[in-house]
Amino acid sequence: MPTISTPGVGWDFSDVTRSDAALRRFLHGLPGVDQVGAEARAASLGTRSIKTTAKEQALDLAIRMVDLTTLEGQDTPGKVRALASKAMRPDPTDPTCPATAAVCVYPDLVGVAKDTLGGSGVNIAAVATAFPSGRAARDIKLADTQDAVEAGADEIDMVIDRGAFLSGRYLEVFEEIVAVREACTQGERSAHLKVIFETGELQTYDNVRRASWLAMMAGGHFIKTSTGKVQPAATLPVTMIMLEAVRDFREATGQMVGVKPAGGIRTAKDAIKYLVMVNEVAGPDWLDPDWFRFGASTLLNDLLMQRSKMRTGRYSGPDYVTLD
Amino acid sequence: MSIFEYAPAPESRAVVDIKESYGLFVNGEFTSGAGTAFKTVNPATEEVLAEVAEADASDVDRAVKAARKAYDKVWGPMPGRERAKYLYRIARIIQERSRELAVLETLDNGKPIKEARDVDVPTVAGHFFYYAGWADKLKHSGYGTTPLGVAGQVIPWNFPLLMLAWKVAPALACGNTVVLKPAETTPLTALLFAEICQQADLPPGVVNILTGAGETGRAIVEHPGVDKVAFTGSTDVGKAIARAVAGTDKRVTLELGGKAANIVFDDAPMDQAVEGIVNGIFFNQGHVCCAGSRLLVQESVADEVLERLKRRMATLRLGDPLDKNTDVGAINSAAQLARIRELSEAGEAEGAERWSAPCDLPSSGYWFAPTLFTGVSQAHRIAREEIFGPVLSVLTFRTPSEAVEKANNTPYGLSAGIWTEKGSRILDVAGRLRAGVVWANTFNKFDPTSPFGGYKESGYGREGGRHGLAAYLEGGQA
Repeated sequence: MPTISTPGVGWDFSDVTRSDAALRRFLHGLPGVDQVGAEARAASLGTRSIKTTAKEQALDLAIRMVDLTTLEGQDTPGKVRALASKAMRPDPTDPTCPATAAVCVYPDLVGVAKDTLGGSGVNIAAVATAFPSGRAARDIKLADTQDAVEAGADEIDMVIDRGAFLSGRYLEVFEEIVAVREACTQGERSAHLKVIFETGELQTYDNVRRASWLAMMAGGHFIKTSTGKVQPAATLPVTMIMLEAVRDFREATGQMVGVKPAGGIRTAKDAIKYLVMVNEVAGPDWLDPDWFRFGASTLLNDLLMQRSKMRTGRYSGPDYVTLD
Repeated sequence: MSIFEYAPAPESRAVVDIKESYGLFVNGEFTSGAGTAFKTVNPATEEVLAEVAEADASDVDRAVKAARKAYDKVWGPMPGRERAKYLYRIARIIQERSRELAVLETLDNGKPIKEARDVDVPTVAGHFFYYAGWADKLKHSGYGTTPLGVAGQVIPWNFPLLMLAWKVAPALACGNTVVLKPAETTPLTALLFAEICQQADLPPGVVNILTGAGETGRAIVEHPGVDKVAFTGSTDVGKAIARAVAGTDKRVTLELGGKAANIVFDDAPMDQAVEGIVNGIFFNQGHVCCAGSRLLVQESVADEVLERLKRRMATLRLGDPLDKNTDVGAINSAAQLARIRELSEAGEAEGAERWSAPCDLPSSGYWFAPTLFTGVSQAHRIAREEIFGPVLSVLTFRTPSEAVEKANNTPYGLSAGIWTEKGSRILDVAGRLRAGVVWANTFNKFDPTSPFGGYKESGYGREGGRHGLAAYLEGGQA
């Protein structure tokens, strides 16, 4: 009976990944997820009441965790410059407001972002591998990745091949992640790799758990829910399953992997629910921009409005935060 | 320590208006009691909340007579669709006053506001709505349409208002009138319910609420004018009630203790099983007759489950029950705390290994940290006796048959839980468990439409659902 996977620190994956059959046995041997129970637990964490000092801390932390994102066909250098400026100084009226973790753009705009961000400490994340569908030949995906890294990307957000995953070709998915991770190193430069599952297409929580282990074993630094182009994007229960996976992976191997929900998180209230979940499911070690990110475009403004409300006691309204 | 500690988030007490003293609710009015008034305290602080009248035999007689008159003249003859209107009205008022009821329940009982607000009070309203729907459809119940008369009802302190709803809603829907005694440590929400009956213009005498302790309860049960006795509480008192009514033509339903097995197979959905174990034994501080107080875990995954369980227990937040982030509240009384301590000490003395979640207990009030015992055998007292507190006894098994044998090896039989991803195993094991309620991949789920009740020393009769009507209709011989 295949059961839980706690192979112990320093565990070597080569046994599991030596063949498609071995990998399938391992992934299908992970404990199942009961959908009703998982959703109930996620909902109950959502009822935590985060007030006053805790809320102030949570808002600042959430701002520091934002990957400020623009991924549109209509993106231009001007738009990306504006976004990068905002990432560095989200609230121009308040120098104590922290910067976001990164900006997230398409590979061709990495150079523009880099010019603006310079050495500000705000990272540049680029989506690659024929984002968002991932429907391209592997050499094209690798070239896409290489391009972005050479242009200066600090982080690569790749998509997995959902077609291969859903038809059970797990080893193919695994090998592609490994290949992309290798392409993330170009000469002196080495970008962090985030692996996007597009959980809205994987559909079941069992699949999300399997994809999480697959990506972690393949060496992804982060696992990420969605591209933002498919509904539903990030949800609390999906993120919870992924947080359980990184928690269990650390127990098994000693290695930490980050989690990034992306798409559909628009309000500070929602962001705080995610932080509560990080705190209580994965643990406080993950309450850090190195280990948890929000992929979002409109979330930042709500965080800023709530932050200013906490500090001034007044709710200033959308005209007092910058549109980009 | 956590990067962000949750700041206190207390629910406001301002919404409740607790009087200095309360009388008995008889024939639609609050009247004084002939017994010796007693105090009810907030178990989280030991603060006295109010003084409450004690009903003696003469008060019980008054109340039963009022109930009889209301039954004969008003409620019994009233068409079902008219009775339904009152029940719907009561249900709606409960919803409107839900925050008040939840805060009062938390103050008097010690349970977390999160549970009073999200479980107790919504389920209370749900029961009234559900049985309101039956009132004009009794001819489809299978038990006829003839009520029994006056019901004497005695309820416990663990879910004060919810147990009231389980008793009062079906009784009234079927056309009976009631004399109800809440527990002596938790009378306040029943008294607020009496106000709600007034607000709903319920005819006088249909609902009578008498406060008091065991003697008052005995007087109600033994009163010759009572046609039906319904009791929820300890097995010892239940046996005494069964003896008291033996040889009379009173009908009885008893919902008594339990020592439920929560069975975790090696192919269980592990994270949800851990949640279910926690919810099974730490919900309401384990003051739950159907609590999953015996964890039966398959030996091959026992270490893994325990490790996960301990990690999860360490995140439980114990403290001020009114704080919206509190998961585990106060033990309801000093007497109950003493009982929990005694049994836990017996567990250690008999050789089981004790582990408690690391948490600071408040300095005043009655508190007990969430605790589990490993190395428990079937012979230990903590595996046999109902602790009725946040204490879990962990036993292991090797095969499904052994799990079923151990689960059934108890004088009780109220509930059980099964955790496995294999549907056929759920059906097989559920069929072999001698327990009134079997939950599969969940625990402690309650719904007005679902019957609830026990096997063996866990009592007889069913509450909830269509089956719950049987206890209050002539055609439903229990």
